Amino acid sequence: MTTEILTHPSRIKVPYTWSAGETLSRFFKALRDEQKILGIRCPRCQKVYAPPKKTCGTCFVECSEWLEVGPSGTLLSFTQASYVSPAHRSSKPFFGLIRLDGADTAFFHLLGETNLQSLKIGIKVSPVFAEKRTGSILDILYFRAAN
Amino acid sequence: MKRTAIVGCGQTDHNGNRFDVTGVELIQEAVSRALQDAELTLDDIDGVVIGNMDHFEGINGVELWSISGNGGILKPTIKLTTGGTTGSTLAIGGYHLTASGLFNKLLVIGWEKNSESDTTGAITTAFDPVWDRLVFAGAISGLAVEASAYMRKFGVTEKDAARAVVRDRKHAVKNPHAHLRREVTLDEVLRAPLLSDPIKALDICPRTDGACAVIFANEDYAEKICPKPAWVLGAANRHPYAYLGDVEWYPLKSLDLAAKELYAKLGIKEPLKEINLMELYTPYSFANLSWIEALGLAKPGEGAKLIWDGVTDAGGALPINLSGGVLSTNPIGATGLIRAAECAHQIMGRAGERQAEGVKKALSTGFGGCFWSDILIYGSEKPS
Ligand SMILES: [Zn+2]
Repeated sequence: MTTEILTHPSRIKVPYTWSAGETLSRFFKALRDEQKILGIRCPRCQKVYAPPKKTCGTCFVECSEWLEVGPSGTLLSFTQASYVSPAHRSSKPFFGLIRLDGADTAFFHLLGETNLQSLKIGIKVSPVFAEKRTGSILDILYFRAAN
Repeated sequence: MKRTAIVGCGQTDHNGNRFDVTGVELIQEAVSRALQDAELTLDDIDGVVIGNMDHFEGINGVELWSISGNGGILKPTIKLTTGGTTGSTLAIGGYHLTASGLFNKLLVIGWEKNSESDTTGAITTAFDPVWDRLVFAGAISGLAVEASAYMRKFGVTEKDAARAVVRDRKHAVKNPHAHLRREVTLDEVLRAPLLSDPIKALDICPRTDGACAVIFANEDYAEKICPKPAWVLGAANRHPYAYLGDVEWYPLKSLDLAAKELYAKLGIKEPLKEINLMELYTPYSFANLSWIEALGLAKPGEGAKLIWDGVTDAGGALPINLSGGVLSTNPIGATGLIRAAECAHQIMGRAGERQAEGVKKALSTGFGGCFWSDILIYGSEKPS
């Protein structure tokens, strides 16, 4: 005799509201209201963080010197995801690792108006801002090759 | 095994919401205060242990996500989490790891940002998905069931429990880190809105944003860092159940067994006389009565008398929760560690306005999960 195995499908749905804190809020507000990208400099090691950090993780001191970085930057590496994932906002998205001019750190963002043939490590890229901006990193729609 | 001590502690200014900072920045605040307290820099620290409640902020790799705030860059960084007992498990972890001699100076961090999620919703995910989650979950109703059984067994009243709330909230006024720093009266507690009979709004802990960092150092370093280190004399814990229906409600079995083990190990026969101060993870009013019975401070059903007589008030023979306790502040993953930090600062003489006199031995507990308990005892004298 075989035992009938029962399963119990469910869904975990817990709402979250994450605070960006004062430091990142200033970054997002500049992005939303002025289409400016801000970085911050560590007073000890002089590293310019973009996106900004309240404290330098290595030196453990507060960063307070704000400066504008970019908006253009250098493409350090890239890839295209050809698999399907619920985390993707479009099909076959391009992801680029970008270091903005004047910054020492890089971040990932989407690449647009492009194809695998025209992308090269080391090219200059610049942001395309969303028309309706809400104060999130997606106020930059994507980066594209700078002319 | 090496003798080990707490040599520095840092707490954030706990609050119902700390929207001014991210979780990482909140953690950094506690860590930098602990380093300052110990007069150390990150270069002195061998490793980092961090913990919080799974699911509470929806961030599952907090040890890596918080690395720039937790001080762990290029150091061994470990996460410990055991639900509500996370904070006390962290303290026990700090003790074990430095006592082993493999870490000499260890930074231990507990934190929570309850404002960022639905606490009861998140707690529900800790329970069995095909059983308890569907029929009985969340923190308050489990405690309410325990309270009802306790009241019926001994004739304890809601007013008895309210007296313990009055005590903790009064103590909190002197703690600059506490979340709720307003005194309440018996009447206010008794007339507060009912949440889950017999628990009313003021009988239960608040939801708090906060972080706590504690630095442990073993005997090779402790006295060089801190003039009066808080030596860890021992720790015990009992994590007995997974299903709520299996819980033995009175006396709180996990605490009863853990306390018996640790008292025997340390030769403590009369805890009421031999211990000078306690910081208990008592998340609701009735726990301040029935759980001190499990700790051997009063005979069954007589915890309330101790509370009414003022024995556990500031200035009493055995002050309990001079910090204001969990009824005043509850950043869950930090809560058990705050208890350890408060005991340590009392022994070091660094407890500010809430300082008790002549604290030679202090005891802290942690509570959580399915009525699990952790317990640690600290001393001003280096154990032989
Ligand atoms: Zn730096």
